[in-house]
Amino acid sequence: MVVTTQIKQFKSLELESGVVLAPVDVAYETYGTLNEAKSNAILIVHAFSGDAHAAGVDAEGRTGWWDNQIGPGKGFDTDKYFVISSNVLGGCKGSTGPSSINPATGERYAMTFPVITIGDMVRLQKLLIDSLGITRLLSVAGGSMGGMQVLEWAVRYPEAVASAIPIASTARHSAQQIAFNEVARQAIMADPDWSEGNYYDKRNPGRGLAVARMVGHITYMSDASMREKFGRRQREENGIFEVESYLRYRGSQFVDRFDANSYLYITKAMDMFDLANGAQSLVPVLAKSRTRYLIISFTSDWLYPSYQSLEIVSALRRRNQDVAYIELTSNYGHDAFLVEVDEQTELIRGFLARTMKETDKK
Amino acid sequence: MKGQNGPLVHELFGRGDYGLISEIVEPGSCVLDLGCGEGELLAWLAEHKNVDARGVEISPAKLQKAIAKGVSAYQGDIETCLADYPDNAFDYVLLSQTLQEIRYPLQVMTDILRVSRRAIVAFPNFGHFTVRLAHLFNGRAPKTKLFPYDWYDSPNIHFLTVDDFEILAARQNWQVERRYFLSGTREVKSFPNLMAEVAVFVVSKR
Repeated sequence: MVVTTQIKQFKSLELESGVVLAPVDVAYETYGTLNEAKSNAILIVHAFSGDAHAAGVDAEGRTGWWDNQIGPGKGFDTDKYFVISSNVLGGCKGSTGPSSINPATGERYAMTFPVITIGDMVRLQKLLIDSLGITRLLSVAGGSMGGMQVLEWAVRYPEAVASAIPIASTARHSAQQIAFNEVARQAIMADPDWSEGNYYDKRNPGRGLAVARMVGHITYMSDASMREKFGRRQREENGIFEVESYLRYRGSQFVDRFDANSYLYITKAMDMFDLANGAQSLVPVLAKSRTRYLIISFTSDWLYPSYQSLEIVSALRRRNQDVAYIELTSNYGHDAFLVEVDEQTELIRGFLARTMKETDKK
Repeated sequence: MKGQNGPLVHELFGRGDYGLISEIVEPGSCVLDLGCGEGELLAWLAEHKNVDARGVEISPAKLQKAIAKGVSAYQGDIETCLADYPDNAFDYVLLSQTLQEIRYPLQVMTDILRVSRRAIVAFPNFGHFTVRLAHLFNGRAPKTKLFPYDWYDSPNIHFLTVDDFEILAARQNWQVERRYFLSGTREVKSFPNLMAEVAVFVVSKR
């Protein structure tokens, strides 16, 4: 069955900054069937460069980014659960973002797009969930930036989230994470084609965007996985290293599917995100949540190291909140959350089954 | 039973119905199992006693199985994991067959009784007659069914008996609410310090 991304429009969305976006679109897909009690809905929230197409195959033959985890009999079993996935606010895959037309001017927003936050992304998702008539999600799940949205959901709408699965994520970016994002942003803005963001009728700032993506890909892998995948092998035809070739390919591929201004806005939203709002301790803010947590990190993930997950786990323990945590062994670095399928499937399946049982009891 | 969390659970499985734990743990309570293994006991308690089940396990492979059973467990070390918890967070903390393996058992017991209303502690009894005889006649570190390890290979670093625990409890002013002594799956009625293979104490603060 071919999956189609749908678009829903809302009259307006008030952002955390007070700015009102009107109207605002959200692109989303659903898989499985919502039960009568509307108690089996799971919201999947994507990582930085993801989109609404999380599972199945679309009309162009593209497989969803988390298809190995969402589907009949998989971790998020669509025979049991109703799964919703949407593109984030600020994105470029159907939800309103900098590349959208500003109805007030008839021009693209470009850099006049308001500053957005992870909280704003979640506000838009909440509008979508409300419009589907769902008052309480069985779970919100996602990796990396998705995990930040998961945490935001759990503390902002505690009554609407029965369980939360933040994977390879953090409650706030470290200096190192901000630093890599800043290098990427500077690469984009240093490209003359960027033209202060007004490139939509001209040449795409492809060189800058490609470099940004190359840096990103390095941080998603690990020393071990790069050694294994590329080593010092060189291509026969031109003598360039396999790793160079791979990064260039990834970079150029990305340029065709991602908007440079979205890159700037979304990475800034990630960097500014702080679940504790500047407080040292996560305990008070997490105490607001009424959620069961399954938190997963990976041994070789140096971009979102396990200590960041452990900080959340430790804060939840301070109030004896319900949390399962595991650091899975993997060589794949940050990419592990998309690659290490079997272990996560087993964990997610068991966790969701227990959550469903407890939800039914209540 | 595969992957049992030590002989206590094994014994209880042996009785076929988790009789002992079922008898002790009140329905709907909050239970932390220190060294929960693959989480069988906690999953059983959640299922049959509507217990809010939490676990700590050091082995990643076992931990993964526990979480896959829907148990809220995390990887942690028994001697440090309790520090984060608020006072009286739990109704019961289970410590099964590990008291003799941890470096500072008194500190762990004190921590348990801070975070929990009760501790359920099970340990192999070093005072069992087979252990005494093995030592007496061989003149070597006892190697028995109960303590099957060579001295250089043993996880056990303390060798306590039923009486040792009773004396510590009295000295610490803990209240021993119940005590169970087991030999295999049988309950031992007399001379527990000599006859019990495994002792189970339900302890609370006074």
